[in-house]
This record gives sequence, structure tokens and C-alpha cells, in this order.
Amino acid sequence: MENNLNFHFAVDGNDFTSAGLASVQLKKALRQLGLDPETIRRASIAMYEGEINMVIHAGGGEADVEVSEDCIKITLADHGPGIKDIAQAMQEGFSTATDHVRSLGFGAGMGLPNMKNYSDKMEIESTPGEGTTITLYINI
Amino acid sequence: MTVNEFKTTAGLSALCLPEPDREIRGGYVGDLLSWVMGRAKADDAWITIMSNQNILAVASLADVACIILAEGVKLEEDLLATARDKGINVLCGEGDAFSIAAALARELL
Repeated sequence: MENNLNFHFAVDGNDFTSAGLASVQLKKALRQLGLDPETIRRASIAMYEGEINMVIHAGGGEADVEVSEDCIKITLADHGPGIKDIAQAMQEGFSTATDHVRSLGFGAGMGLPNMKNYSDKMEIESTPGEGTTITLYINI
Repeated sequence: MTVNEFKTTAGLSALCLPEPDREIRGGYVGDLLSWVMGRAKADDAWITIMSNQNILAVASLADVACIILAEGVKLEEDLLATARDKGINVLCGEGDAFSIAAALARELL
């Protein structure tokens, strides 16, 4: 698979104002590849939600994107507190965000559900106290 | 109807209008950003009272036709510069979200 394109983004956990930077960069890169606008929209929204989650909950993390002929694979890895109950976290409206985060318009409990809805496949691996890795697959 | 046409029809002001001829095909009202990301469609006019920097990322990624700030909310100049840079239309109006949404509905529905 030597023709695959890879992108790496470091997500700064202390900076709410620049949250979304990696997703916007990804959107630009996917546009340059000439992908279908709806596919680009799905991938960049899913990535943004992951990015915001890492800023809100995990003090930042890393995002790796691999674009192959038929799939965009996004891997979001952090060393935050982990998710205690994944099934509960996947429910729309469930959130552990602080009031400050909510005042910025986040923490509505839609992050993980949006990531699931905008991707074709989603995998979550999380260990409390160690971190979370989420892998999203968006078919092209 | 284009963003510029709706601005005139609804008596709104343009804070930043880099793509005046962009077509509006629907509308969405909301201030919770993930909710907007999950539910707004591409080419919607997004009506909100939220005015922090993150609305620009949301508008760009959700690919809405414009942001409409209700109730006289304004954006800081540095955010407007970012909006211009990213090609994001930002309108504002004195009316509340309901009245702006009603004006949009009269045009689109």
C-alpha cells in the first residue's frame, strides 16, 4: 500500500482557541485530493469531534490519518483518563464535561455519537487511567 | 436564494461576506456546537448566539452557507479576519433566532 497518504497531527490539549486546526488542515488536504465533498465533510467533522474530545478530556493527543484508495482511516490516541463505561459514553446527551466547557458550546454529549454517525466503522479501545484510542473508517 | 439576497430580504447586516453568492438550501438553529455538527446540513444558514472562535471551525467543517448571529451579537475583529480568510459568510441581525428562522422559512419553505 505504498500509495497511501499519511498525515500526522499533534493536538494541543491546552488551547481551546486553536481546537479544530488539525481538522481544518485535514479538510484542506482531502480537498486537494479531489474527494467527494460529502466524504470530506464526514471525515473532517468526525475528526473535529475527536480532536475536541482530546482537548476537553485528555489534555491533548495525537491524530493520524491514512488515506487509501477506498478508505480514510483516522486514529485518535490520547493518554487521558480513559472512558469508564463506553456504552454510556456513546449515548447521545451523556457528558462529563465541565461547566466551563459547556459555556463554550461543547459538552452536549454528541461527540462520540457524531463520530459514529459520520463514519462507516468506529473502534474504541480505552483503559481507565491509561488513555483512549479511537479508530474511525470512512469509506470513499 | 443566495446569502446576499437573504441578507437584504431579512434586513440583516454583513459582518463578513467573502462568498455572497453562496446558495442557502436550508436552515439550522443551535448553540451547542456538537449538536450543530451532528444535525446541520451542508448549505444551511446556521443561526446562533454563540460568538467564540470555535463557531468558525464548526461552520467551516459542517460546510454551512453562512453563520447568522441573532440578537445583535457581534464577532471580534480578529475572528472576522479568520472568517474572511476561511471564506465563511457571517451575517448578524437584531432579531432573535425565532424571527430570523421565520424569515428564512418564508423564503425557503
